[in-house]
Amino acid sequence: MDFPQDYKLLKQGAEAKIYKGTFLGRPVVVKERFRKTYRHPDLDETISKERLKAEARGILRCKALGVPAPAVYYVDPDTKCMFLEEIDGSTLKDLFTSLLASSSPDDLNQVKLLALSIGEVVGKIHAGHLIHGDLTTSNFLRHGFKTYLIDFGLSSVSTLPEDKAVDLYVLERALVSTHPGCDDLWTQILAGYSKSYTGGSKEVLNKFKEVQARGRKRTMVG
Amino acid sequence: MVVAIGLEGSANKLGVGIVKDGEVLSNCRRTYITPPGEGFLPKETAQHHRKHILPLIKEALEVAKMEPQDIDLICYTKGPGMGAPLVSVAVVARTIAQLWNKPIVGVNHCIGHIEMGRAITKCDNPTVLYVSGGNTQVIAYACNRYRIFGETIDIAVGNCLDRFARLVNLSNDPSPGYNIEQAALKGKKLLPLPYSVKGMDVSFSGILSHIEEKGRPLLKSGEYTVEDLCFSLQETVFAMLVETTERAMAHTGSQEVLLVGGVACNVRLQEMMAQMVKERGGIVYATDERYCIDNGAMIAQAGALLYASTGQPTPWDETYIRQRYRTDEVEVTWR
Repeated sequence: MDFPQDYKLLKQGAEAKIYKGTFLGRPVVVKERFRKTYRHPDLDETISKERLKAEARGILRCKALGVPAPAVYYVDPDTKCMFLEEIDGSTLKDLFTSLLASSSPDDLNQVKLLALSIGEVVGKIHAGHLIHGDLTTSNFLRHGFKTYLIDFGLSSVSTLPEDKAVDLYVLERALVSTHPGCDDLWTQILAGYSKSYTGGSKEVLNKFKEVQARGRKRTMVG
Repeated sequence: MVVAIGLEGSANKLGVGIVKDGEVLSNCRRTYITPPGEGFLPKETAQHHRKHILPLIKEALEVAKMEPQDIDLICYTKGPGMGAPLVSVAVVARTIAQLWNKPIVGVNHCIGHIEMGRAITKCDNPTVLYVSGGNTQVIAYACNRYRIFGETIDIAVGNCLDRFARLVNLSNDPSPGYNIEQAALKGKKLLPLPYSVKGMDVSFSGILSHIEEKGRPLLKSGEYTVEDLCFSLQETVFAMLVETTERAMAHTGSQEVLLVGGVACNVRLQEMMAQMVKERGGIVYATDERYCIDNGAMIAQAGALLYASTGQPTPWDETYIRQRYRTDEVEVTWR
Protein backbone atom coordinates (compact mmCIF):
# COMPACT_ATOMS: atom_id res chain seq x y z
CA MET A 1 0.00 0.00 0.00
CA ASP A 2 1.13 3.58 -0.62
CA PHE A 3 1.36 5.51 2.57
CA PRO A 4 1.53 9.30 3.04
CA GLN A 5 5.04 10.68 3.17
CA ASP A 6 5.18 11.05 6.93
CA TYR A 7 4.83 7.28 7.38
CA LYS A 8 8.15 5.66 8.13
CA LEU A 9 9.03 2.00 7.82
CA LEU A 10 9.96 0.96 11.34
CA LYS A 11 10.93 -2.64 10.71
CA GLN A 12 10.11 -5.72 8.72
CA GLY A 13 8.81 -8.39 11.04
CA ALA A 14 8.28 -11.98 10.03
CA GLU A 15 4.72 -11.44 8.91
CA ALA A 16 4.31 -7.78 8.23
CA LYS A 17 5.98 -4.47 7.57
CA ILE A 18 5.57 -2.07 10.47
CA TYR A 19 5.15 1.64 9.73
CA LYS A 20 4.87 4.60 12.06
CA GLY A 21 2.72 7.61 11.25
CA THR A 22 -0.34 9.61 12.24
CA PHE A 23 -3.96 8.71 11.62
CA LEU A 24 -6.70 11.27 12.30
CA GLY A 25 -4.26 13.19 14.46
CA ARG A 26 -3.13 10.26 16.55
CA PRO A 27 0.22 8.50 16.48
CA VAL A 28 -0.27 5.05 14.98
CA VAL A 29 1.59 1.91 14.10
CA VAL A 30 0.51 0.34 10.83
CA LYS A 31 0.94 -3.34 10.28
CA GLU A 32 0.94 -4.24 6.62
CA ARG A 33 0.67 -7.93 5.81
CA PHE A 34 2.42 -7.63 2.46
CA ARG A 35 2.28 -10.39 -0.08
CA LYS A 36 4.70 -13.22 0.57
CA THR A 37 6.01 -14.08 -2.86
CA TYR A 38 7.38 -17.44 -1.73
CA ARG A 39 3.87 -18.65 -0.98
CA HIS A 40 1.34 -19.84 -3.52
CA PRO A 41 -0.93 -16.81 -4.20
CA ASP A 42 -4.14 -18.60 -3.12
CA LEU A 43 -2.53 -19.90 0.05
CA ASP A 44 -1.06 -16.47 0.76
CA GLU A 45 -4.41 -14.74 0.33
CA THR A 46 -6.18 -17.19 2.64
CA ILE A 47 -3.53 -16.99 5.33
CA SER A 48 -3.21 -13.18 5.29
CA LYS A 49 -6.96 -12.72 5.47
CA GLU A 50 -7.36 -15.24 8.27
CA ARG A 51 -4.62 -13.64 10.29
CA LEU A 52 -5.89 -10.10 9.79
CA LYS A 53 -9.26 -11.21 11.09
CA ALA A 54 -7.72 -13.22 13.92
CA GLU A 55 -5.65 -10.24 14.96
CA ALA A 56 -8.59 -7.82 15.14
CA ARG A 57 -10.70 -10.34 17.02
CA GLY A 58 -7.87 -11.33 19.34
CA ILE A 59 -7.15 -7.74 20.33
CA LEU A 60 -10.82 -7.03 21.08
CA ARG A 61 -11.17 -10.15 23.16
CA CYS A 62 -7.92 -9.47 24.97
CA LYS A 63 -8.98 -5.94 25.91
CA ALA A 64 -12.38 -7.20 27.00
CA LEU A 65 -10.58 -9.60 29.35
CA GLY A 66 -8.82 -6.66 30.95
CA VAL A 67 -5.39 -7.28 29.46
CA PRO A 68 -3.78 -4.21 27.89
CA ALA A 69 -3.38 -4.40 24.10
CA PRO A 70 -3.12 -1.68 21.47
CA ALA A 71 -6.46 -0.28 20.27
CA VAL A 72 -7.48 -1.03 16.69
CA TYR A 73 -8.27 2.22 14.84
CA TYR A 74 -8.89 0.94 11.36
CA VAL A 75 -8.61 -2.24 9.29
CA ASP A 76 -8.30 -2.28 5.52
CA PRO A 77 -9.05 -5.79 4.27
CA ASP A 78 -7.98 -5.02 0.70
CA THR A 79 -4.44 -3.95 1.48
CA LYS A 80 -4.33 -6.14 4.64
CA CYS A 81 -3.37 -3.11 6.69
CA MET A 82 -4.18 -2.57 10.32
CA PHE A 83 -3.91 0.80 12.03
CA LEU A 84 -3.08 0.37 15.70
CA GLU A 85 -2.57 2.61 18.70
CA GLU A 86 1.12 3.28 19.22
CA ILE A 87 2.42 1.88 22.50
CA ASP A 88 5.59 3.66 23.48
CA GLY A 89 7.32 0.91 25.39
CA SER A 90 10.14 -1.64 25.23
CA THR A 91 9.73 -5.31 24.47
CA LEU A 92 10.30 -7.63 27.39
CA LYS A 93 12.94 -9.36 25.28
CA ASP A 94 15.05 -6.19 25.30
CA LEU A 95 14.29 -5.46 28.95
CA PHE A 96 15.29 -8.98 30.03
CA THR A 97 18.46 -8.88 27.98
CA SER A 98 19.61 -5.63 29.54
CA LEU A 99 18.41 -6.38 33.07
CA LEU A 100 19.92 -9.87 33.13
CA ALA A 101 23.29 -8.45 32.10
CA SER A 102 23.43 -6.51 35.36
CA SER A 103 23.85 -8.09 38.76
CA SER A 104 22.25 -5.46 40.97
CA PRO A 105 19.54 -6.90 43.20
CA ASP A 106 17.09 -4.20 42.10
CA ASP A 107 17.39 -5.22 38.47
CA LEU A 108 16.95 -8.90 39.27
CA ASN A 109 13.88 -8.05 41.31
CA GLN A 110 12.56 -6.14 38.33
CA VAL A 111 13.11 -9.23 36.16
CA LYS A 112 11.06 -11.31 38.59
CA LEU A 113 8.29 -8.75 38.54
CA LEU A 114 8.19 -8.64 34.76
CA ALA A 115 8.17 -12.44 34.49
CA LEU A 116 5.32 -12.57 36.95
CA SER A 117 3.41 -10.04 34.84
CA ILE A 118 3.88 -12.24 31.74
CA GLY A 119 2.36 -15.15 33.63
CA GLU A 120 -0.55 -13.02 34.79
CA VAL A 121 -1.28 -11.78 31.28
CA VAL A 122 -1.23 -15.30 29.83
CA GLY A 123 -3.33 -16.61 32.73
CA LYS A 124 -5.95 -13.95 32.18
CA ILE A 125 -6.34 -14.52 28.46
CA HIS A 126 -6.44 -18.30 28.95
CA ALA A 127 -9.09 -17.88 31.61
CA GLY A 128 -11.09 -16.13 28.88
CA HIS A 129 -10.28 -18.95 26.41
CA LEU A 130 -8.13 -16.75 24.19
CA ILE A 131 -5.10 -18.54 22.71
CA HIS A 132 -2.37 -16.16 21.57
CA GLY A 133 -0.54 -18.60 19.31
CA ASP A 134 2.82 -16.83 19.22
CA LEU A 135 3.94 -16.09 22.75
CA THR A 136 7.54 -14.88 22.83
CA THR A 137 9.19 -12.22 24.95
CA SER A 138 9.21 -9.99 21.83
CA ASN A 139 5.42 -9.90 21.94
CA PHE A 140 5.11 -8.32 25.37
CA LEU A 141 5.56 -4.56 25.69
CA ARG A 142 6.14 -2.75 28.95
CA HIS A 143 4.72 0.75 29.14
CA GLY A 144 4.58 2.43 32.53
CA PHE A 145 3.39 -0.19 34.97
CA LYS A 146 1.43 -2.14 32.40
CA THR A 147 2.42 -5.16 30.35
CA TYR A 148 0.84 -5.08 26.90
CA LEU A 149 0.30 -8.09 24.70
CA ILE A 150 0.73 -7.61 20.94
CA ASP A 151 0.74 -9.63 17.68
CA PHE A 152 -2.48 -11.61 17.67
CA GLY A 153 -2.22 -12.87 14.09
CA LEU A 154 -2.09 -16.51 15.19
CA SER A 155 -4.67 -16.14 17.95
CA SER A 156 -7.77 -18.26 18.28
CA VAL A 157 -10.48 -19.04 20.75
CA SER A 158 -10.53 -22.42 22.45
CA THR A 159 -11.61 -23.91 25.73
CA LEU A 160 -9.39 -26.98 25.36
CA PRO A 161 -6.58 -27.39 27.91
CA GLU A 162 -4.51 -28.90 25.07
CA ASP A 163 -4.51 -25.62 23.10
CA LYS A 164 -3.66 -23.60 26.18
CA ALA A 165 -0.86 -26.02 27.02
CA VAL A 166 0.62 -25.70 23.53
CA ASP A 167 0.45 -21.91 23.92
CA LEU A 168 2.51 -22.20 27.10
CA TYR A 169 4.88 -24.66 25.44
CA VAL A 170 5.59 -22.19 22.63
CA LEU A 171 6.40 -19.55 25.24
CA GLU A 172 8.67 -21.87 27.17
CA ARG A 173 10.58 -22.86 24.02
CA ALA A 174 11.01 -19.23 23.04
CA LEU A 175 12.15 -18.35 26.54
CA VAL A 176 14.86 -20.98 26.90
CA SER A 177 16.22 -20.31 23.44
CA THR A 178 16.18 -16.50 23.76
CA HIS A 179 17.26 -16.18 27.39
CA PRO A 180 19.39 -19.27 28.04
CA GLY A 181 20.00 -20.27 31.62
CA CYS A 182 17.07 -18.43 33.17
CA ASP A 183 15.05 -21.20 34.76
CA ASP A 184 13.90 -18.65 37.34
CA LEU A 185 11.98 -16.73 34.69
CA TRP A 186 9.84 -19.71 33.89
CA THR A 187 9.07 -20.42 37.57
CA GLN A 188 7.89 -16.84 37.97
CA ILE A 189 5.78 -16.99 34.84
CA LEU A 190 4.07 -20.14 36.07
CA ALA A 191 3.47 -18.52 39.45
CA GLY A 192 1.79 -15.57 37.75
CA TYR A 193 -0.17 -17.91 35.53
CA SER A 194 -1.59 -19.96 38.40
CA LYS A 195 -2.38 -16.78 40.32
CA SER A 196 -4.47 -15.19 37.59
CA TYR A 197 -6.06 -18.37 36.24
CA THR A 198 -7.40 -19.91 39.42
CA GLY A 199 -10.09 -22.04 37.83
CA GLY A 200 -8.18 -24.05 35.25
CA SER A 201 -4.43 -23.56 35.48
CA LYS A 202 -3.94 -26.94 37.15
CA GLU A 203 -5.52 -28.86 34.32
CA VAL A 204 -3.58 -26.87 31.74
CA LEU A 205 -0.28 -27.41 33.54
CA ASN A 206 -0.88 -31.17 33.64
CA LYS A 207 -1.53 -31.12 29.92
CA PHE A 208 1.54 -28.95 29.48
CA LYS A 209 3.72 -31.76 30.86
CA GLU A 210 2.27 -34.09 28.25
CA VAL A 211 2.95 -31.62 25.44
CA GLN A 212 6.49 -31.14 26.72
CA ALA A 213 7.09 -34.86 26.68
CA ARG A 214 5.81 -35.11 23.13
CA GLY A 215 8.11 -32.40 21.86
CA ARG A 216 11.28 -32.97 23.80
CA LYS A 217 11.55 -36.67 24.21
CA ARG A 218 9.89 -37.48 20.96
CA THR A 219 11.79 -40.17 19.10
CA MET A 220 14.22 -38.43 16.80
CA VAL A 221 15.28 -40.36 13.75
CA GLY A 222 17.10 -39.28 10.64
CA MET B 1 46.44 -32.31 10.28
CA VAL B 2 43.71 -34.61 11.47
CA VAL B 3 42.32 -37.26 9.16
CA ALA B 4 38.94 -38.38 10.47
CA ILE B 5 36.72 -41.22 9.28
CA GLY B 6 33.00 -40.87 9.98
CA LEU B 7 30.48 -43.70 10.22
CA GLU B 8 26.80 -42.86 9.92
CA GLY B 9 23.82 -45.19 10.09
CA SER B 10 21.07 -43.58 12.13
CA ALA B 11 18.32 -44.26 9.59
CA ASN B 12 18.12 -46.01 6.23
CA LYS B 13 21.34 -44.51 4.84
CA LEU B 14 24.67 -46.02 5.64
CA GLY B 15 27.55 -43.62 5.06
CA VAL B 16 31.31 -43.68 5.48
CA GLY B 17 33.34 -40.57 4.78
CA ILE B 18 36.91 -39.41 5.26
CA VAL B 19 37.67 -35.76 5.97
CA LYS B 20 41.03 -34.03 6.30
CA ASP B 21 40.90 -30.50 7.73
CA GLY B 22 37.48 -29.74 6.34
CA GLU B 23 38.32 -31.25 2.95
CA VAL B 24 36.21 -34.26 1.97
CA LEU B 25 38.43 -37.04 0.62
CA SER B 26 35.70 -39.62 0.26
CA ASN B 27 32.01 -39.86 1.07
CA CYS B 28 30.46 -43.22 0.20
CA ARG B 29 26.87 -44.20 0.82
CA ARG B 30 24.43 -47.10 0.55
CA THR B 31 20.69 -46.61 0.97
CA TYR B 32 18.26 -49.25 2.15
CA ILE B 33 15.29 -48.89 -0.18
CA THR B 34 11.95 -50.48 0.63
CA PRO B 35 9.16 -51.35 -1.84
CA PRO B 36 6.44 -48.72 -2.54
CA GLY B 37 3.89 -48.49 0.25
CA GLU B 38 6.38 -49.63 2.89
CA GLY B 39 8.68 -47.79 5.26
CA PHE B 40 11.98 -49.03 6.64
CA LEU B 41 11.92 -50.92 9.94
CA PRO B 42 14.74 -51.01 12.50
CA LYS B 43 15.57 -54.71 12.22
CA GLU B 44 15.85 -54.91 8.44
CA THR B 45 17.66 -51.56 8.28
CA ALA B 46 20.25 -52.82 10.80
CA GLN B 47 20.71 -55.99 8.74
CA HIS B 48 21.33 -53.85 5.68
CA HIS B 49 23.93 -51.79 7.52
CA ARG B 50 25.70 -54.86 8.91
CA LYS B 51 25.90 -56.37 5.46
CA HIS B 52 27.36 -53.31 3.76
CA ILE B 53 29.48 -51.52 6.32
CA LEU B 54 32.79 -53.38 5.86
CA PRO B 55 32.85 -53.13 2.05
CA LEU B 56 31.84 -49.47 2.43
CA ILE B 57 34.74 -48.70 4.79
CA LYS B 58 37.12 -50.35 2.31
CA GLU B 59 35.60 -48.31 -0.51
CA ALA B 60 35.95 -45.06 1.46
CA LEU B 61 39.61 -45.82 2.18
CA GLU B 62 40.26 -46.67 -1.49
CA VAL B 63 38.59 -43.53 -2.82
CA ALA B 64 40.58 -41.43 -0.34
CA LYS B 65 43.74 -43.43 -1.29
CA MET B 66 44.44 -44.19 2.34
CA GLU B 67 45.37 -47.05 4.61
CA PRO B 68 43.96 -47.57 8.11
CA GLN B 69 47.18 -46.26 9.65
CA ASP B 70 46.67 -42.90 7.89
CA ILE B 71 43.47 -42.34 9.87
CA ASP B 72 43.83 -40.32 13.09
CA LEU B 73 40.30 -40.39 14.44
CA ILE B 74 37.21 -42.61 14.31
CA CYS B 75 33.87 -40.77 14.48
CA TYR B 76 30.47 -42.41 14.67
CA THR B 77 26.86 -41.31 15.12
CA LYS B 78 25.88 -41.55 18.75
CA GLY B 79 22.30 -40.42 18.08
CA PRO B 80 19.54 -39.47 17.55
CA GLY B 81 18.18 -42.23 15.37
CA MET B 82 16.78 -45.73 15.28
CA GLY B 83 18.30 -47.97 17.92
CA ALA B 84 19.21 -51.09 15.97
CA PRO B 85 20.85 -49.33 12.98
CA LEU B 86 22.79 -47.03 15.33
CA VAL B 87 24.09 -49.99 17.32
CA SER B 88 25.15 -51.92 14.23
CA VAL B 89 27.37 -49.00 13.17
CA ALA B 90 28.62 -48.12 16.66
CA VAL B 91 29.86 -51.69 17.14
CA VAL B 92 31.94 -51.44 13.97
CA ALA B 93 33.29 -48.03 15.02
CA ARG B 94 34.38 -49.39 18.40
CA THR B 95 35.95 -52.42 16.76
CA ILE B 96 38.06 -50.52 14.24
CA ALA B 97 39.05 -48.02 16.94
CA GLN B 98 40.56 -50.92 18.89
CA LEU B 99 41.96 -52.75 15.87
CA TRP B 100 43.64 -49.66 14.49
CA ASN B 101 44.36 -48.28 17.97
CA LYS B 102 42.80 -44.85 17.29
CA PRO B 103 40.77 -42.43 19.42
CA ILE B 104 37.00 -42.57 19.00
CA VAL B 105 34.45 -39.73 19.13
CA GLY B 106 30.65 -40.04 19.36
CA VAL B 107 28.85 -37.37 17.33
CA ASN B 108 25.35 -35.89 17.50
CA HIS B 109 23.80 -36.46 14.10
CA CYS B 110 22.10 -33.04 13.95
CA ILE B 111 25.35 -31.24 14.82
CA GLY B 112 26.97 -33.22 12.01
CA HIS B 113 24.50 -31.78 9.51
CA ILE B 114 25.03 -28.24 10.77
CA GLU B 115 28.83 -28.40 10.81
CA MET B 116 29.02 -29.99 7.37
CA GLY B 117 26.75 -27.26 6.04
CA ARG B 118 28.89 -24.57 7.60
CA ALA B 119 32.07 -26.13 6.25
CA ILE B 120 30.78 -26.53 2.70
CA THR B 121 29.02 -23.17 2.35
CA LYS B 122 31.46 -21.20 4.54
CA CYS B 123 28.63 -19.35 6.21
CA ASP B 124 29.48 -17.99 9.61
CA ASN B 125 26.52 -17.76 11.96
CA PRO B 126 23.35 -18.78 10.18
CA THR B 127 19.85 -19.55 11.35
CA VAL B 128 19.62 -23.25 10.51
CA LEU B 129 16.58 -25.04 9.17
CA TYR B 130 17.19 -28.73 9.72
CA VAL B 131 14.60 -30.80 7.91
CA SER B 132 14.76 -34.57 7.45
CA GLY B 133 12.81 -37.76 7.93
CA GLY B 134 13.14 -37.61 11.69
CA ASN B 135 13.82 -33.96 12.47
CA THR B 136 12.31 -30.57 11.85
CA GLN B 137 14.09 -27.86 13.78
CA VAL B 138 14.85 -24.17 13.46
CA ILE B 139 18.20 -23.70 15.18
CA ALA B 140 20.37 -20.73 16.06
CA TYR B 141 23.65 -20.60 17.92
CA ALA B 142 23.89 -18.83 21.28
CA CYS B 143 26.15 -19.23 24.33
CA ASN B 144 27.91 -22.47 23.33
CA ARG B 145 24.83 -24.35 22.25
CA TYR B 146 22.82 -24.82 19.13
CA ARG B 147 19.49 -23.65 20.51
CA ILE B 148 16.26 -24.98 19.12
CA PHE B 149 13.95 -22.04 18.43
CA GLY B 150 11.21 -23.89 16.69
CA GLU B 151 10.49 -27.50 15.95
CA THR B 152 7.70 -29.84 15.04
CA ILE B 153 5.41 -30.65 17.89
CA ASP B 154 4.52 -34.00 16.36
CA ILE B 155 6.00 -35.72 13.28
CA ALA B 156 8.94 -34.53 11.18
CA VAL B 157 8.32 -32.98 7.78
CA GLY B 158 10.23 -35.77 6.01
CA ASN B 159 8.15 -38.33 7.82
CA CYS B 160 5.01 -36.52 6.66
CA LEU B 161 6.27 -36.64 3.05
CA ASP B 162 7.34 -40.30 3.32
CA ARG B 163 4.01 -41.38 4.72
CA PHE B 164 2.15 -39.39 2.11
CA ALA B 165 4.20 -41.17 -0.57
CA ARG B 166 3.14 -44.50 0.93
CA LEU B 167 -0.51 -43.41 0.87
CA VAL B 168 -0.45 -42.68 -2.84
CA ASN B 169 1.96 -45.53 -3.58
CA LEU B 170 4.89 -43.52 -4.88
CA SER B 171 8.22 -45.32 -5.22
CA ASN B 172 10.85 -45.13 -2.44
CA ASP B 173 13.61 -45.22 -5.05
CA PRO B 174 15.77 -43.11 -4.88
CA SER B 175 13.72 -41.50 -2.13
CA PRO B 176 10.02 -40.76 -1.56
CA GLY B 177 10.77 -37.04 -1.21
CA TYR B 178 12.48 -36.90 -4.59
CA ASN B 179 9.54 -38.60 -6.29
CA ILE B 180 7.07 -36.23 -4.63
CA GLU B 181 9.20 -33.31 -5.83
CA GLN B 182 9.18 -34.57 -9.43
CA ALA B 183 5.44 -35.29 -9.39
CA ALA B 184 4.73 -31.87 -7.86
CA LEU B 185 6.29 -30.20 -10.90
CA LYS B 186 3.30 -31.47 -12.91
CA GLY B 187 0.72 -30.49 -10.28
CA LYS B 188 -1.39 -27.39 -10.85
CA LYS B 189 -4.39 -27.39 -8.59
CA LEU B 190 -3.97 -26.38 -4.95
CA LEU B 191 -5.97 -28.39 -2.43
CA PRO B 192 -6.52 -26.37 0.75
CA LEU B 193 -4.75 -28.22 3.58
CA PRO B 194 -4.46 -27.44 7.30
CA TYR B 195 -1.77 -24.82 7.84
CA SER B 196 -0.51 -25.23 11.35
CA VAL B 197 2.05 -22.76 12.64
CA LYS B 198 2.23 -22.24 16.38
CA GLY B 199 4.69 -19.46 17.06
CA MET B 200 7.98 -20.85 15.78
CA ASP B 201 6.70 -24.41 16.06
CA VAL B 202 4.90 -26.40 13.39
CA SER B 203 2.64 -29.41 13.28
CA PHE B 204 2.27 -31.85 10.38
CA SER B 205 0.22 -34.76 11.66
CA GLY B 206 -3.08 -32.96 10.94
CA ILE B 207 -2.16 -32.56 7.27
CA LEU B 208 -1.51 -36.25 6.94
CA SER B 209 -4.82 -37.29 8.52
CA HIS B 210 -6.58 -34.70 6.37
CA ILE B 211 -5.13 -36.23 3.21
CA GLU B 212 -5.87 -39.74 4.44
CA GLU B 213 -9.52 -38.79 4.86
CA LYS B 214 -10.16 -36.37 2.02
CA GLY B 215 -7.45 -37.24 -0.48
CA ARG B 216 -8.57 -40.67 -1.55
CA PRO B 217 -12.15 -39.72 -2.50
CA LEU B 218 -10.79 -36.71 -4.39
CA LEU B 219 -8.39 -38.93 -6.32
CA LYS B 220 -11.12 -41.44 -7.08
CA SER B 221 -13.54 -38.82 -8.35
CA GLY B 222 -10.76 -37.45 -10.57
CA GLU B 223 -11.12 -33.98 -9.09
CA TYR B 224 -7.45 -33.97 -8.13
CA THR B 225 -4.54 -35.98 -9.49
CA VAL B 226 -1.71 -37.47 -7.44
CA GLU B 227 0.49 -34.74 -8.93
CA ASP B 228 -1.92 -32.06 -7.64
CA LEU B 229 -1.77 -33.56 -4.16
CA CYS B 230 2.04 -33.66 -4.24
CA PHE B 231 2.04 -30.03 -5.35
CA SER B 232 -0.44 -28.97 -2.65
CA LEU B 233 1.43 -30.84 0.06
CA GLN B 234 4.77 -29.29 -0.89
CA GLU B 235 3.40 -25.77 -1.20
CA THR B 236 1.74 -26.00 2.20
CA VAL B 237 4.39 -27.67 4.32
CA PHE B 238 7.26 -25.69 2.80
CA ALA B 239 5.39 -22.41 3.33
CA MET B 240 5.08 -23.38 6.99
CA LEU B 241 8.80 -24.09 7.23
CA VAL B 242 9.83 -20.89 5.49
CA GLU B 243 7.49 -18.89 7.67
CA THR B 244 8.83 -20.29 10.94
CA THR B 245 12.39 -19.75 9.73
CA GLU B 246 11.49 -16.14 8.99
CA ARG B 247 10.00 -15.78 12.46
CA ALA B 248 13.22 -17.07 13.99
CA MET B 249 15.26 -14.66 11.83
CA ALA B 250 13.13 -11.72 12.94
CA HIS B 251 13.41 -12.83 16.54
CA THR B 252 17.19 -13.28 16.55
CA GLY B 253 18.00 -10.52 14.06
CA SER B 254 19.92 -12.93 11.82
CA GLN B 255 20.48 -12.44 8.06
CA GLU B 256 21.77 -15.85 6.99
CA VAL B 257 19.91 -19.11 6.57
CA LEU B 258 21.46 -22.53 6.19
CA LEU B 259 19.35 -25.42 4.92
CA VAL B 260 20.39 -28.90 6.01
CA GLY B 261 18.93 -32.40 6.21
CA GLY B 262 17.48 -34.72 3.59
CA VAL B 263 14.43 -32.57 2.81
CA ALA B 264 16.75 -29.59 2.22
CA CYS B 265 17.70 -31.12 -1.16
CA ASN B 266 14.26 -30.19 -2.40
CA VAL B 267 14.72 -27.47 -5.01
CA ARG B 268 11.28 -26.00 -4.42
CA LEU B 269 12.02 -25.54 -0.71
CA GLN B 270 15.35 -23.94 -1.60
CA GLU B 271 13.60 -21.58 -4.03
CA MET B 272 10.96 -20.54 -1.51
CA MET B 273 13.57 -19.98 1.17
CA ALA B 274 15.73 -17.94 -1.21
CA GLN B 275 12.74 -15.77 -2.09
CA MET B 276 11.95 -15.07 1.56
CA VAL B 277 15.55 -14.35 2.45
CA LYS B 278 15.99 -12.06 -0.55
CA GLU B 279 13.08 -9.92 0.61
CA ARG B 280 14.80 -9.52 3.95
CA GLY B 281 18.11 -8.65 2.32
CA GLY B 282 19.86 -11.78 3.55
CA ILE B 283 21.60 -14.80 2.08
CA VAL B 284 20.51 -18.43 1.93
CA TYR B 285 23.00 -21.29 1.92
CA ALA B 286 22.16 -24.78 0.79
CA THR B 287 24.18 -27.85 -0.09
CA ASP B 288 23.44 -30.56 -2.62
CA GLU B 289 22.35 -34.14 -2.04
CA ARG B 290 25.91 -35.34 -1.31
CA TYR B 291 25.88 -33.42 1.97
CA CYS B 292 22.17 -32.80 2.65
CA ILE B 293 21.33 -36.46 2.82
CA ASP B 294 22.83 -38.37 5.74
CA ASN B 295 26.48 -39.13 5.04
CA GLY B 296 29.66 -40.18 6.75
CA ALA B 297 31.71 -37.06 5.97
CA MET B 298 29.49 -34.87 8.12
CA ILE B 299 30.07 -37.13 11.13
CA ALA B 300 33.83 -37.03 10.48
CA GLN B 301 33.73 -33.23 10.16
CA ALA B 302 31.80 -32.62 13.41
CA GLY B 303 33.87 -35.24 15.24
CA ALA B 304 37.13 -33.68 14.05
CA LEU B 305 36.02 -30.23 15.25
CA LEU B 306 35.07 -31.60 18.64
CA TYR B 307 38.34 -33.52 18.99
CA ALA B 308 40.44 -30.56 17.85
CA SER B 309 38.85 -28.24 20.42
CA THR B 310 38.96 -30.54 23.45
CA GLY B 311 41.81 -32.89 22.57
CA GLN B 312 39.79 -35.61 24.26
CA PRO B 313 38.20 -38.65 22.68
CA THR B 314 34.84 -39.86 24.00
CA PRO B 315 35.60 -41.99 27.11
CA TRP B 316 35.39 -45.67 26.16
CA ASP B 317 32.50 -46.45 28.51
CA GLU B 318 30.50 -43.62 26.95
CA THR B 319 30.80 -44.85 23.38
CA TYR B 320 27.24 -46.09 23.43
CA ILE B 321 24.31 -44.81 21.40
CA ARG B 322 21.35 -42.61 22.34
CA GLN B 323 18.16 -42.75 20.34
CA ARG B 324 16.97 -39.42 21.71
CA TYR B 325 20.04 -37.24 21.70
CA ARG B 326 18.93 -33.61 21.48
CA THR B 327 20.76 -30.98 19.45
CA ASP B 328 20.81 -28.56 22.38
CA GLU B 329 22.40 -31.07 24.77
CA VAL B 330 25.79 -30.82 23.08
CA GLU B 331 28.20 -28.24 24.42
CA VAL B 332 29.78 -26.56 21.42
CA THR B 333 33.44 -26.20 22.32
CA TRP B 334 34.73 -25.36 18.85
CA ARG B 335 32.99 -22.02 18.22
